[in-house]
Amino acid sequence: MLTAEDKKLVQQVWEKVSGHQEDVGAETLERMFAAYPQTKTYFPHFDLHHGSDQIRGHGKKVVAALSNAVKNLDNLSQALSELSNLHAYNLRVDPSRFSSQLLSQCLQVVLAVHLGKDYTPEIHSAVDKFMSAVAAVLAEKYR
Amino acid sequence: MVHWSAEEKQLINSIWGKVNVEECGAEALARLLIVYPWTQRFFSNFGNLSSPTAIIGNPKVRAHGKKVLTSFGEAVKNLDNIKGTYSKLSELHCEKLHVDPENFRLLGDILVIVLASHFGRDFTPACQFAWQKLVGVVAHALARRYH
Repeated sequence: MLTAEDKKLVQQVWEKVSGHQEDVGAETLERMFAAYPQTKTYFPHFDLHHGSDQIRGHGKKVVAALSNAVKNLDNLSQALSELSNLHAYNLRVDPSRFSSQLLSQCLQVVLAVHLGKDYTPEIHSAVDKFMSAVAAVLAEKYR
Repeated sequence: MVHWSAEEKQLINSIWGKVNVEECGAEALARLLIVYPWTQRFFSNFGNLSSPTAIIGNPKVRAHGKKVLTSFGEAVKNLDNIKGTYSKLSELHCEKLHVDPENFRLLGDILVIVLASHFGRDFTPACQFAWQKLVGVVAHALARRYH
């Protein structure tokens, strides 16, 4: 799915946010909860107010996982294997929630907000494909 | 009828007031064709769509993007009757253009990303909520007359 060029672009854009990963994670989740309230149903145990420690903490985890994926673009299945199990057997997040737009859309909005024009159509395309690939791996073991 | 809070209306209008319809429209359509290349199936008479550069520079893409976003403006002007506003266009997209309504959702999400890249921090989470809601309502209205 991901061409060599896509991989390069994803790595490039990830480089650009390497200093602010925590912020990116927190903001992505905040936007997801704000724009798609149905996603909050997976976090009844969280304080979901703006700036909550739990959102920051969880955002950090999500971004760390994505960073790991970015480092292992040639073998996403293996790199995300643990997380794939977790999502399939414990978390059981409806797979269309991450495979289609919700998390991917919000991450991309955050990247677009931060990068402006530098979030070029080519990068947009590569990131969209990357997030699709990640979602596919996470949903692999659902049934 | 869709309910819009005063805040949502204000957020939508304050962004729309600053949108360069020609630029944003061109960019949104170009990105649709680049990020989801299968959407090019509807534009076989547009000439050169062979690369992102070609698509971005293609005058037919620009013109059509402007047309699409101008039409989107009708929704913004008629938030309380988006269904009625798009009734004819919905029929057109079904009967003449044969566009799978999933494409409206794709374009809507792309538009949100384009707005985010243009407005930066001003495109707050609350803004995004209002705009995701709007593009969803528009997509729904365009699909409504399908049969």
